[in-house]
Amino acid sequence: MIDWSVITGNLPQYADGLWLTLQLTVLSLLAGLVLAIPLAVLRTSSRRAVFGPVWAFTYFFRGTPMLIQLLLIYYGLGQFDWIQAQWQASNAFWLIFREPYGCALVTFTLNTCAYTTEILAGALRATPHGEIEAAQACGMSRVTMLRRILIPGALRRALPAYSNEAIFMLHGTAIASTVTLMDLTGAARNAYSQHFAPFEAFLFAGALYLTLTFSLVGLFRLAERRYLAHLQPRKAIKGPTA
Amino acid sequence: MLHGYAPSLLDGAWLTFQVAVLSLALALVLGLAGASAKLSKLRLLRAPAVLYTTIVRGIPDLVMMLLVFYGGQMLINLATDALEWDYIDVNPFVAGVATLGFIFGAYFTETFRGAFLAVPAGQLEAGAAYGMSRWQVFSRILFPQMLRHALPGLGNNWQVMQKSTALVSIIGLSDITWLADQAGRSTHQPFLFYAVVCAFYLAMTAVSGLVFGHLERRYSVGVRRAAA
Amino acid sequence: MIRRIVLMAALAALSQSALAKDWTKIRFATEGAYPPFNMTAPDGSVQGFDVDIANALCQQMQAECTWVKQEWDGMIPALMGRKFDAISASMSITEDRKKKVDFSDKYYATPLGLVAAKGSALRPDLALLKGKRVGVQRGTVADNFATRFWAGQGVEVVRYAKQEEVYLDLGAGRLDATWVDALEAEGGFLTKPAGADYAFAGTTVFGRNAEEKAVIGEGVGIAVRKRDTDLKAKLNKALAEIRANGTYDTIRKKYFAQDIYGE
Repeated sequence: MIDWSVITGNLPQYADGLWLTLQLTVLSLLAGLVLAIPLAVLRTSSRRAVFGPVWAFTYFFRGTPMLIQLLLIYYGLGQFDWIQAQWQASNAFWLIFREPYGCALVTFTLNTCAYTTEILAGALRATPHGEIEAAQACGMSRVTMLRRILIPGALRRALPAYSNEAIFMLHGTAIASTVTLMDLTGAARNAYSQHFAPFEAFLFAGALYLTLTFSLVGLFRLAERRYLAHLQPRKAIKGPTA
Repeated sequence: MLHGYAPSLLDGAWLTFQVAVLSLALALVLGLAGASAKLSKLRLLRAPAVLYTTIVRGIPDLVMMLLVFYGGQMLINLATDALEWDYIDVNPFVAGVATLGFIFGAYFTETFRGAFLAVPAGQLEAGAAYGMSRWQVFSRILFPQMLRHALPGLGNNWQVMQKSTALVSIIGLSDITWLADQAGRSTHQPFLFYAVVCAFYLAMTAVSGLVFGHLERRYSVGVRRAAA
Repeated sequence: MIRRIVLMAALAALSQSALAKDWTKIRFATEGAYPPFNMTAPDGSVQGFDVDIANALCQQMQAECTWVKQEWDGMIPALMGRKFDAISASMSITEDRKKKVDFSDKYYATPLGLVAAKGSALRPDLALLKGKRVGVQRGTVADNFATRFWAGQGVEVVRYAKQEEVYLDLGAGRLDATWVDALEAEGGFLTKPAGADYAFAGTTVFGRNAEEKAVIGEGVGIAVRKRDTDLKAKLNKALAEIRANGTYDTIRKKYFAQDIYGE
């Protein structure tokens, strides 16, 4: 009943697709996180001139679908003559936007950065005031306080919410297939188009995504056990027997 | 200014809105059912519910949508061939709403489950002590209080779902994204039309934010918040 | 009581299928993104050569035809799933497709052509395309050809969901060329302002050997389900009639200066 040749015949493409999906997910998550830390600090500022632009950035990227953002960057930017001229002149920066891989990475990074900024900003705001007072009492400068107390604390607090964001990002990379990238979903669409076998093609991709999701969840559980150890339920203390 | 595509874009916007709202309705129903199943004493009900939420939240929306749309057609093909029936419509609208409702039903299951558990057990016991039937306890005590806890989670998931409606363009539904695609391809000015779609979604999320903010305030009447 | 309901439902189902068989109402499907053969107007309706030919056939058969838009990827499964009764979307008649569906006689024939910037040195030969990026629409004869003869051999074949997207990227400089139905390229791109700087690179190809001919197919036809032999017969009869009475030529002249039927 199941036509295994759909899967076995396209195994190399599925493997390549899996690898591409992993790359897109991990690279954009890392880049987004690194960018989000300073942005989150700016976001919690009380001055409008400081948090305003960051707010606008997160509002735009969280308020519009990632698919539209990707199409805007890929097809949208490609229509402008001045960008095409830059590509012809081999301008290194703009060449990133010529490749679908570059466009996808930029879109995914900006998108996850926006969400992560808001998550971290919320976590920063939730810092117990006692910690801040203690840091000030120790004579820490603002920068030192950020470096040693606020940001590490916020990262820990944000871990559960961030794990959700990471999983959303993993699933979000599936739209890369709409701009010709052969990620895992792209491989599945290709297999379907060749054999007209939707169940085999997409269920296999789904199974692979499920495996990736479980792995990611497992990784975050390990991280939580390490970094949020103080919040784990207390293990029952066994008293002496009899 | 929009090369004559303005009327069709408005139609697309309306279609997108319909998809979002209908999917929300379906997701709410599935979410309540799923949460009840997950909290049930019967293993027979819990197991499928757990399977549902785990698998659906483990596969990308797009893959699920492609599976339901293309696979659904194939299933209809097999069924109608075997039964000699006339065709049953699995058009992109139905497929899109069904898929989105099914996917977000899983997320809502978790939201409702958390909300049900957040209502203090003492309230339910008091209801039982008054001799209320199980249905009365549910409808008068559990449900209204559960809503207050569920609203933030529902609001967040709704924001995500609104944006996921853009995916139905990939299975060919003439929603605002598909129409912007097509207008952009024909006029070779994709940037303009995608910018219009962005404006539409920003407007929709802004309005939703206001509505959910209002709902949250309404359902939180009488609740004391910790000092900010 | 239940038995009566079941009986009535069965009769209704049977009568519905019986009604469909006299073909006074036919549902046609097309893609709507393949100018000038089929395209979507700003108001959402479908137009183009494929649409006009199918409408003419319906008029000849005295049938009422309605149109359904369908993404190219899902065309054949949707036909088999009975979402519609016939496909008029420039679908080439190939052995592969004949395994799943049946075709009417051809109503035009198109070679494949390589479209690139004017003056490009590229040709539809493996040697000259090595290392180049060639765009195709997924699931078309051009895709099958490129995948079979070029993809594993050093040519980067980039697949898109729609041909119009290929043209966008070709215009933006992301592709070196596109491999496409020559007639579609002519009417849908090269004669438009966006295609002003592009031309065919080399001659168009009908199939230079038996293997290529098998992939490219024997022309473009209307696809129907295998079991609908009566619909196929009616379509063929109507096609012969409109070719004889000049309707076909009138429609063809609307879009193409030269004859596109082929021999």
